[in-house]
Amino acid sequence: MISTNRTLSGSSQSPRSPSSQPPYLSVSVTDPVKLGNGVQAYISYRVITKTNFPEYQGPEKIVIRRYSDFIWLRDRLFEKYKGIFIPPLPEKSAVEKFRFSAEFIEMRRQALDIFVNRIASHHALQQSEDLRTFLQADEETMDRLRAHETGIFKKKPADLMQMFKDVQSKVSDVVLGKEKPVEESDPEYEKLKHYIFELENHLAEAQKHAYRLVKRHRELGQSLSDFGKAVKLLGACEGNSLGKAFSELGAKSEILSVKLQKEAHQLLMNFEEPLKDYVRAVQSIKATITERANAFRRQCELTETIKLKEINLNKLSLIRSDKVGEAEMEYNELKAESEEATRLFESIVRLMNEELVHFQERKTLDMGIAFNEFARGQARLANGIADAWRSLLPKLDACSSS
Amino acid sequence: MMCIEETNLHESREEMESLILDDSSNGQSHSGAKLVLNHDDPLLSSSSSFMDPQNPNSISILSSHASFNAFLDPPSYAEAIFTSFDSSSNGHDQIPLFSSSNSNPRSSDYLQISVSDPQKEQELSNSLVPGGTTYYTYLITTRTNLPEFGGSGSEFSVRRRFKDVVTLSDRLSESYRGFFIPLRPDKSVVESQVMAKQEFVEQRRVSLEKYLRRLAAHPVIRRSEELRVFLEAKGKLPLPKSVDVASRVIDGAARLPRQLLGEEAIDVNEVAQPAKGGRDLLRMFRELKQAVSNDWSSVKPVVVEEDKWFLEKKEKLMEFEQELSNVSQQAELLVKAQQDMGETMGELGLAFVKLTKFETEEAVFDSQRERAGDMKNVATAAVKSSRLYRELNGQTVKHLEKLHEYLGIMLAVNNAFSDRSSALLTVQTLSSDLASLHLKIEKLEAASAKIFGGDRSRLRRIEELKETVRATEDAKICAEREYERIKENIRSELERHDKERHDDFMSMLRGFVVNQAGYAEKMANVWETLAEETNAYVKDGS
Repeated sequence: MISTNRTLSGSSQSPRSPSSQPPYLSVSVTDPVKLGNGVQAYISYRVITKTNFPEYQGPEKIVIRRYSDFIWLRDRLFEKYKGIFIPPLPEKSAVEKFRFSAEFIEMRRQALDIFVNRIASHHALQQSEDLRTFLQADEETMDRLRAHETGIFKKKPADLMQMFKDVQSKVSDVVLGKEKPVEESDPEYEKLKHYIFELENHLAEAQKHAYRLVKRHRELGQSLSDFGKAVKLLGACEGNSLGKAFSELGAKSEILSVKLQKEAHQLLMNFEEPLKDYVRAVQSIKATITERANAFRRQCELTETIKLKEINLNKLSLIRSDKVGEAEMEYNELKAESEEATRLFESIVRLMNEELVHFQERKTLDMGIAFNEFARGQARLANGIADAWRSLLPKLDACSSS
Repeated sequence: MMCIEETNLHESREEMESLILDDSSNGQSHSGAKLVLNHDDPLLSSSSSFMDPQNPNSISILSSHASFNAFLDPPSYAEAIFTSFDSSSNGHDQIPLFSSSNSNPRSSDYLQISVSDPQKEQELSNSLVPGGTTYYTYLITTRTNLPEFGGSGSEFSVRRRFKDVVTLSDRLSESYRGFFIPLRPDKSVVESQVMAKQEFVEQRRVSLEKYLRRLAAHPVIRRSEELRVFLEAKGKLPLPKSVDVASRVIDGAARLPRQLLGEEAIDVNEVAQPAKGGRDLLRMFRELKQAVSNDWSSVKPVVVEEDKWFLEKKEKLMEFEQELSNVSQQAELLVKAQQDMGETMGELGLAFVKLTKFETEEAVFDSQRERAGDMKNVATAAVKSSRLYRELNGQTVKHLEKLHEYLGIMLAVNNAFSDRSSALLTVQTLSSDLASLHLKIEKLEAASAKIFGGDRSRLRRIEELKETVRATEDAKICAEREYERIKENIRSELERHDKERHDDFMSMLRGFVVNQAGYAEKMANVWETLAEETNAYVKDGS
């Protein structure tokens, strides 16, 4: 389970809200169904919205959505709400073989459910018109919108990295005639960027080992099962009391094998997935960092351009050129753009700072829960194993004395 | 040695950190483990510091063990949980010095053998190769109070090389047909070329020791002349290297007079040995023709009523061996899976240690510091769990090694049954020899009767043949006696083996189960601690 910032929801609710009930918007993503054939097969989900937000069509609405619709939503939000850490989506591609495995589908469904709910409980994002469209529009409309947007906002993490690198190095230099890269010189922000990048590495490693641990549980379960079977056969061979002892041992092994498989699944859903989610969240922050860099660069560019334009304008007005009017208009336009760019940049900075605080708090909570689940699961497993073997001892003693 | 230490070892967080981040590899391999555990793992180095500093050989355990002591009786628990790793025994395996008390009614009898101090020596003769070839000798030290060695306790040593061991083994196989004689170590010709010299010599030393101790544990073999000579006789080993029939003492046959009758002479002593390797090439060929195989399959024609018992036994043993081999394989896979689990858990722990360090250093918000603390707890639990898996596995290997041992014993059983088959073949060969001799005599008598006054040459021939018949009959009696003797040996060995196997496997099972339960409890404790430490999130959270 991953926490959402419900404490903030409703705090900036529309004053026109008539109901005495506190405002709520809750979504669930359920019922994955495989549609289509062959290569074009895909999974569709039922998205059920329950709300009393006035902007919405009614208290409850059910629509059918597919994965690419979620991507559309994410991309739109990313475009519109710069500075806010957009909740991450589960990965797009999967090894073909597992794309329709029950486990993969369940993991994805869970992640999508969390995704939408995070948006729905974010004080700013929940107001999004695109969210309303996503939650309410009929399927055809959704199809049209999705098709239209395909390719425009497709930002793969690799692309974002590249863009970030670009920002750090060149391009604008040509326009400004400068050699140095255009970067913020805020040391705290530098520290933050470094932190985010490093954090991703560390988390990815932890997640990798968590995933392997799941596999190990499965493998141990399998080998216990095989061992149990072989021991049973040996027991059948032996006969008498020793044979019985072997059979009992074999049976216990098989029981424990089942426990291990169960725990493997729990581990995957309640420990590995939250770690994965954490990694994705950090990657989303990286995307925001890129946006901020872009905004900063744009602001700088415009500031520089305005200076030049100002100089040019003064020159023109001195020589009383008839181009003054045009130049003045251009200058004013640019000034407006520049102010806009500055506003955008500053809002990104402000939002990021707010988001960061909440992000850290939320993650401590999420991880705390995940760690607790991990601990409980392992304790449950260990106790189960101890109990099972312990219960065998009196039987063994009975066998040896006979 | 087993020490029961219940220490409340509370590790400070700093110590934990330094433990894990210390990358020096102690490289202390846990001997006795059949699978080679990963030596590169930095966690391995920390196991020593995890132990109680007062007593480096004991393994300290976590607190609150009322549950342990309540249900498990201390000795078996101690055996399973608290046995220290034999870091001091440099490679000595777990076969006890004392011979198994099952086979030895008087437990005050002892025959302890150890093999040590390998030394390189030069081959003296053989000057064809300049510089000569070298070989290794090993110091065989014996402590015993058996009457064969003088009665009152004594200790003595001799130097032997591997060839001597081969000789000993061969001689024992001949003298103790029908017994389940432990198999000697491999010659390992390939390995001796490929492996590093020191490693190979050490491996050989260990296997020699195991072998000699097994011999010493066998109630009949331990009193054999061959073994005594091997352990005691100074200088060159005074056992014949190859089959030397003349110097043999064979039960029963020695009392029969030797009859030298020319080229058809049959040395009754020889009869008691399989034709293979003996001087009777003719009989060897015949036996080869008759025998289908000297392994488990029966020799044609053998369907005699009394052999039903043996046939049934053989069937059962074959089946048993098959299943045992299966279990042994699965046991190895199980051990591997446990090892992998421990490793991955350890790696997970390390990853969290790094995360903890990172978040602590970079913390700007309190929530980060809190998270860093949580992660440290996770790291601690994971690393502890990893170590427990490692220990569990070490013990598991010790217990399940019995399976491998019994596979070896099955080979010895197989050999004994082969002895029986060859002895039976000898009897049958002699029977058919007799039959054809009688036929020849009949034919000659018939032909001779037709000639008036007798046929001197034929009559002489008949006399000769009759002499041969008498010798062959004597030989056959010898062979039958030998056959019966071998069958009796097998019977008594099977009885001994059945009982030993029953006891050994029961204790193996029990040890395995106690081990698993004990470590599972320890692990549960570790994780329950972490669950408590993180419980606050579940109460406060959604």
